[in-house]
Amino acid sequence: MSSHSPEVAEHRYRQHHFVTAGQQLDTSKTGMWLFLATEILMFGGLFVGYGLMQGVYPEAWVAGHHHLDRVLGAVNTVFLLCSSFSMVMAVHYASTDQKSKTVLNLGITLAFAFAFLVIKYIEYSHKFHEGLLPGRYFRLAEVGGPPQQAMFFGFYFMMTGIHGFHVLIGIILIAWLMVRANRGDFSSAYFTPVDLIGLYWHLVDLIWIYLFPLLYLIS
Amino acid sequence: MSEQAHSKSHSPLPYLLTLIALLILTGVTVGASYVDFGSSTVNVIVAMLIATLKASLVALIFMHLRHDKPLNSIIFVSSLIFLGILLGFCMIDVQSRERVYPTGLRQVDPPAGAAKIVPAPAPPAPAHH
Repeated sequence: MSSHSPEVAEHRYRQHHFVTAGQQLDTSKTGMWLFLATEILMFGGLFVGYGLMQGVYPEAWVAGHHHLDRVLGAVNTVFLLCSSFSMVMAVHYASTDQKSKTVLNLGITLAFAFAFLVIKYIEYSHKFHEGLLPGRYFRLAEVGGPPQQAMFFGFYFMMTGIHGFHVLIGIILIAWLMVRANRGDFSSAYFTPVDLIGLYWHLVDLIWIYLFPLLYLIS
Repeated sequence: MSEQAHSKSHSPLPYLLTLIALLILTGVTVGASYVDFGSSTVNVIVAMLIATLKASLVALIFMHLRHDKPLNSIIFVSSLIFLGILLGFCMIDVQSRERVYPTGLRQVDPPAGAAKIVPAPAPPAPAHH
């Protein structure tokens, strides 16, 4: 890959309808931001519903949140923040032709993402065991307290579930980036996939930044 | 090539400082959740302000909005504005609907010990002729 001069590399990746490779990258980024806006609006509907129902049933929300482990939630926040850092470092190294460091940082990101899902698995299995399930599956007789906790856990599982699904998609995408980076596909002339999946990964982090205090820290 | 050049020049140090700031703010938000600010609304507002500060750091530095074309920031902020519109109108609905059209939203199995909710007056019966 390093044998290519920037001009050759630019010629290789730039599609004919773009004037420069820079214009092509900017266009890709704007497309990604439009997608991220739809993601924000999708999660936003859940956030709005969660906030409104918290106003209607505050005592059920407080009781429900007492069943969440804020230490595990905080640990997961740290994992996601660190993975965001390693992701941005991967973008930095990909854009400065440092292949092995790109692969290494993608690997670190992947490790943090797996750690996040392992903690999520521990939390979920604990809740399944205790009957803290959404809607009509909520076992009120075992748990006690306000019955509207069933709705709280409906929001909890829907919000963390869709977020966890995004982490899973991110793991697949980052693994794919690792394979491509290792193959030498990326250079300062072309690193668009790393940049765009980086944006996606930061959005997953950004949504968790709001989920964590809303779900785990209300009192 | 020109637009990509900027990512070559700047050092990764701001990323590390951002990570440290984010970790400190996570500690602050966990710590603040143990403090009683008087009402749960104030606690929620404090938590949301810290979360917004963290989200701004992620968007500006990790997601490069600081150096990006303004168009991407406009897209991002406009999605937040539309989210605000959704939240605002839904809040107006939930808080005012009971007076117009009783939904009994709060009357479903009120928990023991919770404040008694006075049922909203029934809507006037349609006039028969």
